[in-house]
Amino acid sequence: MIYEGKKKIWAEYQKEIPEDHYFYVRSCIRQSFFPASEATFLDITRNKLGKDIFETEHHTTCGGIAYHSDAIPQETAMTIIARQFALMHKYGYENYVCSCITSFGLYCETLETWREYPELQQKIAENLWKTCHLEFAKPKFLVHASDLIFKYRMQIAAKSKFKLVNKNTGEPLRVVEHIGCHYSKMFPSKGVGGAEYPYVLVGMVEAWGGQIVDYPERRHCCGFGFRQYFIKGNRGYSLSNTHKKFESMEPFKPDMIITNCPGCPYFLDRWQYVIAETEGKTYGQDGHGIPVFTYEEVAGLVMGYDPWDLGLQTHQVSVEPLLDKIGIPYDPAKKYLGKNGKYLGEPEKPHCLK
Amino acid sequence: MKNNILVIGGGPAGLEASSILSRMGYNVILAEKEKLLGGHLAKWDRLFPDQVPAKEVLNDMLGRMDGVKCFTETKVNSINLLENSYNAMLSNGITVLADAVLLASGFDLFKAEKKEEYGYGIYEGVLTNADLEKAFQEGKKSSPAPRAIGFVHCVGSRDEKAGNPACSKVCCATAVKQAIETKELYPEADVYCFYMDLRMFGRHYEDLYLRAQKSGIRFIRGRVSEVAETAEGRLLVKAEDTLSSKPLKVTLDRLVLMAGMRPSKTGHDVGRQLNLSIEDDGFFSAKDGLQNLQKSKLPGFFYAGACTGPKTLPDTLHEARSAAMEIDRYIKENFRK
Amino acid sequence: MIDFGFSVSPSSRINLDNADKEKFARLAIAEPDVLKCMACGSCTASCTAGAFEDTSLRRAILSLQNGLSDDASKLLSHCMLCGKCTMVCPRGINTRHLILSIQKIYSL
Repeated sequence: MIYEGKKKIWAEYQKEIPEDHYFYVRSCIRQSFFPASEATFLDITRNKLGKDIFETEHHTTCGGIAYHSDAIPQETAMTIIARQFALMHKYGYENYVCSCITSFGLYCETLETWREYPELQQKIAENLWKTCHLEFAKPKFLVHASDLIFKYRMQIAAKSKFKLVNKNTGEPLRVVEHIGCHYSKMFPSKGVGGAEYPYVLVGMVEAWGGQIVDYPERRHCCGFGFRQYFIKGNRGYSLSNTHKKFESMEPFKPDMIITNCPGCPYFLDRWQYVIAETEGKTYGQDGHGIPVFTYEEVAGLVMGYDPWDLGLQTHQVSVEPLLDKIGIPYDPAKKYLGKNGKYLGEPEKPHCLK
Repeated sequence: MKNNILVIGGGPAGLEASSILSRMGYNVILAEKEKLLGGHLAKWDRLFPDQVPAKEVLNDMLGRMDGVKCFTETKVNSINLLENSYNAMLSNGITVLADAVLLASGFDLFKAEKKEEYGYGIYEGVLTNADLEKAFQEGKKSSPAPRAIGFVHCVGSRDEKAGNPACSKVCCATAVKQAIETKELYPEADVYCFYMDLRMFGRHYEDLYLRAQKSGIRFIRGRVSEVAETAEGRLLVKAEDTLSSKPLKVTLDRLVLMAGMRPSKTGHDVGRQLNLSIEDDGFFSAKDGLQNLQKSKLPGFFYAGACTGPKTLPDTLHEARSAAMEIDRYIKENFRK
Repeated sequence: MIDFGFSVSPSSRINLDNADKEKFARLAIAEPDVLKCMACGSCTASCTAGAFEDTSLRRAILSLQNGLSDDASKLLSHCMLCGKCTMVCPRGINTRHLILSIQKIYSL
């Protein structure tokens, strides 16, 4: 691997990310999949770094799930998106940051479609006025929340309490990065570092002390793919994609996986359990899995958040071996206590996956 | 008085035309931007289809260069058309007043790193056709011997997204030649050619293909889609075997990319100053594509070789000779009435 | 083990790393002409059996190169050794002899 060669490619895919003043929109599914990630994003950006990140309860889904499942037509999705942008404008913002990769891809696709077909944009603006009485507007800058954490990576590193380093050996942790397909595969220029060697998560991992491992199937989809997962008959296909990725990364012995998509960490995490229970195979050390994190969770960990406040107890693959490796303290007795201290209940232990 | 003729480019086209024009009695001035004459030919080891050493061919050409004023490491800084001759300022400070100009600026190799999915410049085992020729020239042999080597045809050719929908004409024969030479160097290695169509159009080319097949080289019809590094540092290569309609993967130690022909940047620099027309493929537009291949739209300005599109070496030499004849006719018609 | 009602599906990808190259090399020694096939399809087009059953010498050779000898076996199992393919092969491959050698070496 010639690192300089990658740097040349990264240099070609630079993206302008404004420093501050963003209108933030959440993902439909992340709050139930990884309940503390978005709260952590807001806490880090607003309270730790002092940025102006505005959020309103009036925003909705972007329509992406329905759109990609063929449940709504494109114009409907575009009108929903126009409403989101209009809200941003109404509250006096021109920088738009979204938590979800599906949304990000759909926003990019929509803006590109409007650019190419101004008459369609005109029609959507009319739809928006007829349905919501809102003024049509487009963001000046559209970024994904991982772009923003990438932008702030050095500021986060400066405030970090832990590094992505094995405390026993002093070696950087071996980290696999997984980018959501719709982050840059459709529009390589819209992603930090492009689509072949995306830099957005690599930059974070490097800034926080870890080492990236490239493995052959790194560009492969996690297998979520909406239709594949939603219909039970297709789920084997979803599972097979995850299986393919783990088989490919296994020889590289990764310590952890970092992701920037709502679906990918969920499937890379939960399917390890299903693979263990159906194939009897685990990919981490001593019968454990490879823990999978959102970038907000990793940022939270290095900044010294309590792992249980980051919602890491909701992961399928146990995170404790990794916490021990880094030397992050945690109280096992509090793992299944909610924010209010109330016992949440404990899941059944899997047979195969430790 | 001898008429001055300026030849831009000291590759095979420029050399061949210069030596002929010089023998015809013209005062030939040749400007070559590189240190050495010979262009890409000087960087090649052996030539398809008969594996003739490139050095022998080049030395023959250089041996006929007596009488030609060759300026190496010299660019054309500016050039303009006066009433009926060209005024060119060379980067070495010399000004040439030429009655005719021959542009023989050739081609640049496609920058293989643009095909990001192939990992040129990122994975150690990925090299280009030119890198392999250089290794052959230097007599380099890898130890331990590579176990498996692949050749990818059409890299930056027949590829709209890479900015070149056209065929580069020489890559199929080059790949097959280099595959044979690689197999000769490492007889135990598995050698694969990934092709879309095999364009073995020239005399002896099909024989070369048959020879490659007989030596056990495997031809896989399908374009390589992605390359990655395995934990052992080898290359995992993916393609479709389109003849069996199945995706395919194979682990290799080396992957040689047949980088295609793109218009030369130096040629464009000259063309821009004279407003010479360029076609969609980026190569210069000849006056017409059948009868006037060597003529440009400007009087006394001629083309030879790959500046008007990908060509084999024999094609280029034919064009150089035609150009010399056209220039001679032009001078006789316009300057010696 | 738990039955979820779905499972990992087998890959349809050809993996040349796993192809039996030693056996194919033996075939190529016995039948050097197997290397000369240029996949023109004349044999398959003219095949007597191929009009009724999935029979193709071209694809059988390809399957063997790809390490899929079971597929090759299926593609040759209806061959009647009539020799029409020998007549049309532009590279002059003795196809009947080749088919018999494949049967012998791969014990199909």
